[in-house]
Amino acid sequence: MAASRNISVSEASRPKLPRHAKLKFDETRQVWVILAPERVLAPDEIAVEVLHLCDGVRSVSDMVDQLAAKYAAPREAIATDVVAMLQDLADKGFLTEAREKTP
Amino acid sequence: MSDILTDGKAITDGLSVLEARRSTAETFGIPLAVLAELTHRCPLQCPYCSNPLELDRGGTELTTEEWKKVLTELAEIGVLQIHFSGGEPTARKDLLELVQHASDVGLYSNLITSAVLLTREKLSALADAGLSHVQISFQGNEPGVADRVAGLKNAHQKKLEVAKWTRELELPLTVNAVMHRQNLHQLSDIIQMAVDLDADRLEVANVQYYGWALKNRAALMPTMAQIEETSRIVEEAEVRLKGILAIDYVVPDYYALRPKKCMGGWGRQFFNISPAGKILPCHAAESITGLEFLSVRSNHSIAWIWQNSEAFNRYRGTGWMPEPCQSCEFKEIDFGGCRCQAFALTGDAGNTDPACTLSPMHEQIFKQAEQEAASDHNRFLYRNFAGGTLETEGEHGA
Repeated sequence: MAASRNISVSEASRPKLPRHAKLKFDETRQVWVILAPERVLAPDEIAVEVLHLCDGVRSVSDMVDQLAAKYAAPREAIATDVVAMLQDLADKGFLTEAREKTP
Repeated sequence: MSDILTDGKAITDGLSVLEARRSTAETFGIPLAVLAELTHRCPLQCPYCSNPLELDRGGTELTTEEWKKVLTELAEIGVLQIHFSGGEPTARKDLLELVQHASDVGLYSNLITSAVLLTREKLSALADAGLSHVQISFQGNEPGVADRVAGLKNAHQKKLEVAKWTRELELPLTVNAVMHRQNLHQLSDIIQMAVDLDADRLEVANVQYYGWALKNRAALMPTMAQIEETSRIVEEAEVRLKGILAIDYVVPDYYALRPKKCMGGWGRQFFNISPAGKILPCHAAESITGLEFLSVRSNHSIAWIWQNSEAFNRYRGTGWMPEPCQSCEFKEIDFGGCRCQAFALTGDAGNTDPACTLSPMHEQIFKQAEQEAASDHNRFLYRNFAGGTLETEGEHGA
């Protein structure tokens, strides 16, 4: 058990939101939110962009390439930031690793 | 961009962020989360039940279609999370349908349950329908105390089983432990139980004394020594279990110096819906006589009731406050404490909550708590639709 927790994010990770963390646009307050047990989080614009890339298929490495190209920024700096942000989310239990479903 | 990403606060606690976006005082945004008490029916009979003494009977409950309409309306006005509670929400045969509907309209759903009516199949179906978090109440760490408090045999064993299924289905689990004089000695074991059950969160909630708990106060009130020990245990566990188990600790009012910011302030960030459809500022609010609470069955919208009804506006903000609250520097921190407690103990919901040391009644209730805690009155009055049943002599051990 606890398979969805305590993951270590690296460039090889293929992260996704666990079933109990839902990214949604709050029409009333006009902000993106992550809905989680007993909490509503308000990720900033960049975090939202990264979270949208977390589909369980794309690797962190792919995301970094994509973001580095889009923002014409040094890949290394982007990688450090993205991994740190995703690790923070993972530590809070809002990110999991894509894996084979066990019966 | 990198500045934002490297900022550890890139993801912040949205409750405070969203709260801060609201304009102050005069307008009250729709709460982010709402408690739906689907029914007051429950197989357990806990003597501190938070439901009112006058329970809504099954026949008065909102129908499936009425609840679905309510859920749709809540989502439309900006509520994000729904807590399905009770009574025992799984006593409603339509719970699965309601959870599915909540998902369909975009609400994040939590289940607050005693767990004893669940099967693995039912829980699995609820998860598939979009249920995202399960909160299970525990009355102790072993059947001797736990089943006696719950007033139901084999309840504890069943809860352990359901907690295990919850994690097998990869649903986040919160263990909710309500604490009082007769189970506080098990706190360390309850914390370990929550760890063993792989829970994400543990709520250590000292009993709040309204309704049923007020009737049972003499049998439940902890001693000052117990409270000191409790705080020590919780503080130690919070450090030791950081990253493993989050612990929310609710201190007992009667021994506090400052009152709690009850419900985050009356009508500020929370409402609940009773089984019969009344919109309430808190689940104990109906204990305050003289306030009229409107129902979803009235011809008003939920948003109108929240913003405009007399009951919600009566104790909103700080304008209603008497002294010593009015000139108190903490008035916007605790909002005068709890209206239900002020009513229960002083007869006027507009008085300062006697939990506050500045209340003229504080000393008196503190002494009363100490006396009751030292008493050997251990028999429970069990909660039920018949107005309560006193525990049989001899069943209460001591």
